[in-house]
Amino acid sequence: MNERAAVSDMSPLGGCGTIEVLQERGQREVFCGLTGIVWLHRKIQDAFFLVIGSRTCAHLIQSAAGVMIFAEPRFATAIIDERDLAGLADLDAELDRIVHKLLDRRPDIRLLFLVGSCPSEVIKLDLSRAAARLSRNFAPRVRILNYSGSGIETTFTEGEDACLASLVPELPGQGRVATPSLLVVGALADVVEDQFMRIFAQLGIASVRFLPPRRATDLPAIGPQTRYLLAQPFLAETARRLEERGAQRLAAPFPLGAEGTTLWLRAAADAFSVDPRTFDRVTADGRARAGSAVARHRKGIAGTSIFFFPDSQLEIPLARFVARELGMRPLEIGTPYLHRRHLAQELEMLPGGATISEGQHVERQLDRCRSLRPDLVVCGLGLANPLEAEGLATKWSIELLFTPIQGYEQASDLAELFERPLVRRARLEV
Amino acid sequence: MHLTLWTYEGPPHVGAMRIATAMEGLHYVLHAPQGDTYADLLFTMIERRSKRPPVTYTTFQARDLGSDTAELFTTAVKEAYERFKPEALIVGASCTAELIQDDPGGLAKAINLPIPVIPLELPAYQRKENWGASETFYRLVRTLARPVETRAAGKPIRCNLLGPTALGFRHRDDVHEVTGLLAKLGVAINVVAPLGASPADLGRLGEADFNVVLYPEIANQAAQWLERTFGQPSVKTVPIGMGATRQFISEVARLAGVDPTPVLTSAAARLPWYSRSVDSTYLTGKRVFIFGDATHVMAAARVASKELGFAVVGLGTYSRELAREVREAAKAYGIEALITDDYLEVESLVNQLQPEIILGTQMERHIAKRLGIPCAVISAPIHVQDFPARYSPQMGFEGANVLFDTWVHPLMMGLEEHLLTMFRDDHEFHGEALPSHIGRAVRTPRTPEASADPPPVSLATETAVAWAAEAEKELKKIPFFVRGKARRSTERFAHDQGLSMITVDTLYDAKAHFGR
Repeated sequence: MNERAAVSDMSPLGGCGTIEVLQERGQREVFCGLTGIVWLHRKIQDAFFLVIGSRTCAHLIQSAAGVMIFAEPRFATAIIDERDLAGLADLDAELDRIVHKLLDRRPDIRLLFLVGSCPSEVIKLDLSRAAARLSRNFAPRVRILNYSGSGIETTFTEGEDACLASLVPELPGQGRVATPSLLVVGALADVVEDQFMRIFAQLGIASVRFLPPRRATDLPAIGPQTRYLLAQPFLAETARRLEERGAQRLAAPFPLGAEGTTLWLRAAADAFSVDPRTFDRVTADGRARAGSAVARHRKGIAGTSIFFFPDSQLEIPLARFVARELGMRPLEIGTPYLHRRHLAQELEMLPGGATISEGQHVERQLDRCRSLRPDLVVCGLGLANPLEAEGLATKWSIELLFTPIQGYEQASDLAELFERPLVRRARLEV
Repeated sequence: MHLTLWTYEGPPHVGAMRIATAMEGLHYVLHAPQGDTYADLLFTMIERRSKRPPVTYTTFQARDLGSDTAELFTTAVKEAYERFKPEALIVGASCTAELIQDDPGGLAKAINLPIPVIPLELPAYQRKENWGASETFYRLVRTLARPVETRAAGKPIRCNLLGPTALGFRHRDDVHEVTGLLAKLGVAINVVAPLGASPADLGRLGEADFNVVLYPEIANQAAQWLERTFGQPSVKTVPIGMGATRQFISEVARLAGVDPTPVLTSAAARLPWYSRSVDSTYLTGKRVFIFGDATHVMAAARVASKELGFAVVGLGTYSRELAREVREAAKAYGIEALITDDYLEVESLVNQLQPEIILGTQMERHIAKRLGIPCAVISAPIHVQDFPARYSPQMGFEGANVLFDTWVHPLMMGLEEHLLTMFRDDHEFHGEALPSHIGRAVRTPRTPEASADPPPVSLATETAVAWAAEAEKELKKIPFFVRGKARRSTERFAHDQGLSMITVDTLYDAKAHFGR
């Protein structure tokens, strides 16, 4: 994937000589790609995610979700046991049995993902073959796909990337006479999608689809006329596969904050030859609302320093937002993986002075964090309380994924997520 | 391969983490891929611990496989030793590392660290969390406990408290309560372990006169070894509830050679009087379903039945290691124990039994919520609510008071129950009315998405008995908390009688037949 040779050295960033990247290798305090199932299973309403893994995988998903099961979840784990490993049971037959049992129980399911895990990868269980075999049995009622969410290959949000990438070959073609269409790629909250949909309609961009779709039976068509906008920064493989099918990426920063949202929408507007005056008119209200709402939060936090531990790959766009719109000072911006091309615009907008680190050696990073004593630390759930106990204010990074933060109407919510820990500290007298 | 939607226990290495995190001066190097660090949040978020668990993960990736995963492990051990300077180290593999067979024990030993290095073999595809905790504690005790010279005469009697861990259900408060009880008996504590103990403390275990096993799931194996090796007897009664606490006191007193009478008579427990108080009459025969770890369910059944006057209608555990004991306990209530780690089986049994209260884990709390049945949590797995800020033990006399409060409060008060029975036609008591004390989430119309889920398992499928409209109307007059049970028993009655239609008469015939 990345920094094989470079362990803890500084290497210049491609195309941008002013920013250095600290590459780290060691213990990572980051979830694996299976965690994406927590939001993806709610996003695609007729899809089911079957992890083929160990008890650890099952325990990870239920713990990471931090919730017990209210409605019956649309995910489960086929736990590999001793008999499977000792060769006493035929793994293919076992998997078929479980998939049959599952699909009998859930006749409403139209798309089943077989999700690979660390153990299934290590024992080289061929899930693509299993998916093809099972697809033949269940077609046309259920489509069966596979991807890997294993920790040996994917970091947290890369699970969504792998999932969406597995959907790309399934998307229908557009046909030859298609006019340009827009595809927004990356899971967004339904409310955010609806807002963007309204703005695109007002801009006169008629054909707009989202990936993933809310229903698996409603896959968007794709082809050389497709222009796609990434809504999330962690979709490297999905983007590669979309381009293999002829789709063209519209380069833009990500739709976080008033500025990011405007530039993101403008990339689409420009590609679809929307008149600049129309663009200004359509986005004026949103920009104004977002601008004034964010300004209210800015008062309390401008000038404070912030340190990002690597988590979701959203760190660079978030740092850009807090620096430019909230006036915060990023000290270190950690990211599990730095996609230089997809983040090119973001990196250009980022003010200097911050260390960008890629990968993780959590102990060394904690040392740096403690010595810098930032006003706010963005980190995972395993680190937050220990850092609070050391007197550092923290923001759980996972909340930045589980909360709608994209678009004009959410800019204020996003700002508030950074402001709240500081406000709370100021308020408490215990 | 088996299908799991949700699991009561984590993998065995999480059990090892519960031991390591409970202790001081111990470090755990775990050969594991990225992602396994999720387990840290169990301790920092659920238990709100202010320190990270003392665990170093090697974080190997796909590209490391087959080349240098062993080297990664060795480096991680050296770095962990340098940085944390532990008194002792445990090393092992998570599920994935078990498959690549790097031999963490051998690799760690080859480094020749100047501290004890204890290898753990925790078969992840075979065992679960509590087993992992028990095995880890046993290995630590076996390696670290030193032989003692003859105990000095005239010193106060001392015992060890064994079993409390990190992420345990009220372990912290139980230790405090039991320590107080023992002090009243004149028995001093030698070592509490693993909670708060250092490797050096484990070295002193042999200095105690006897052991108290608070949580058999965790400490039985270690206690048995201590008994064999140092001749220390174990107190096995778990002091949850009045009867068990009294029994515990007598057992300790016998081992310590002291008179238990002053402690037994001075007890300031309110449970006995509260339970005998006339307003508690309505608790008589309340049908209770109990599920959780073996220790807590066996204790809960005894308290529910003998100290609150409930009727135990269901008893089960996910602790397969203690299945025999739980089966035995269930026989005393004339029922068969449910041994499973599949919550759907638990839910289906609850549905069949229609208990009036459920004592269980957080999962049973959710089952209860869905079915509109009162519930109290008595066992792990737990969440942040089960680490209350207040003192809230389960053990000892104060623990018995806590049990009375937490199990009785979810139930409807006696007079309220009578009013509901007398004025069934009150418009607020109508068929679909919500029980005011359970909350609004219950019985709201199902969302389209929820209705896509499979219907709950129902007994109705086995009985093709129809309800006459009048009978259905009469059924609605029965208070909601017994309505489900009345429906099912009437259907069973009709089925047994070979009736195809339930009339108002059938309903009352069934009532007379089952005679509640």
